[in-house]
Amino acid sequence: MADQVLDAKGLNCPLPILKAKKTIKSMASGETLSIESTDPGSVADFEAFCRQTGNELISSSSEGDVYKFAIRVTT
Amino acid sequence: MSEAKKENAKSMSIIVTKGTLDWAYPPFILGTTAAAMDIKVTMFFTFYGLPLLLNKLDLKLSSLGNPAMKMPMMGMHMSMPNIVAAIPGVDAAASKMMKNMMNNKGIASIEELREASVDLEIDMIACQMTMDLFEYDRKDMIDGIELGGAATYMEVASKSDINLFI
Repeated sequence: MADQVLDAKGLNCPLPILKAKKTIKSMASGETLSIESTDPGSVADFEAFCRQTGNELISSSSEGDVYKFAIRVTT
Repeated sequence: MSEAKKENAKSMSIIVTKGTLDWAYPPFILGTTAAAMDIKVTMFFTFYGLPLLLNKLDLKLSSLGNPAMKMPMMGMHMSMPNIVAAIPGVDAAASKMMKNMMNNKGIASIEELREASVDLEIDMIACQMTMDLFEYDRKDMIDGIELGGAATYMEVASKSDINLFI
């Protein structure tokens, strides 16, 4: 079960990333954030975001038009 | 971010020279995204980019002389002939249409991205020379910005990993 959930559905680039960053800032290291988005670009963007920031992308999947991500916060 | 991470952090500077609705997007999108990715960002607002720091934004675009601006209409993409684009009120209507389209597609407004820039601690520098040239007043601009000139920017740029001119 994720420690925090972020609904980024309906938001376009770069809002899913900006909202994720804002949420991560309020979280502790080791906690997990679950994100749902509808922006197809967010798949590649969350991968790049995690590679750059060092946060761990635990999973990336899709269900219909919704993309789901789980990120483990590393600070 | 830990201190060690901060020291190794990448940095980026952007010179923002354009202030129309469409051209305001690239610097604010890249700036906020970079800052969200722990990149230290400085934005230098000069010439027509400077009004993007005014408290009250009323951004517009023009389809005049812009054949690449094709709006989706009736299942097609249509650009505006110059003779139509030049009619008073057409720019205002096209700007409104663009803002509606963006809103419908979940795209952030420039106001939102600028707020995010402040939250993400982006250094925003207003060009002093442009303030003098176009007679802008510091008190009409948002809080949290600095004033500076070419040397201020160059010092930042010389130490930045990425430097963009938009």
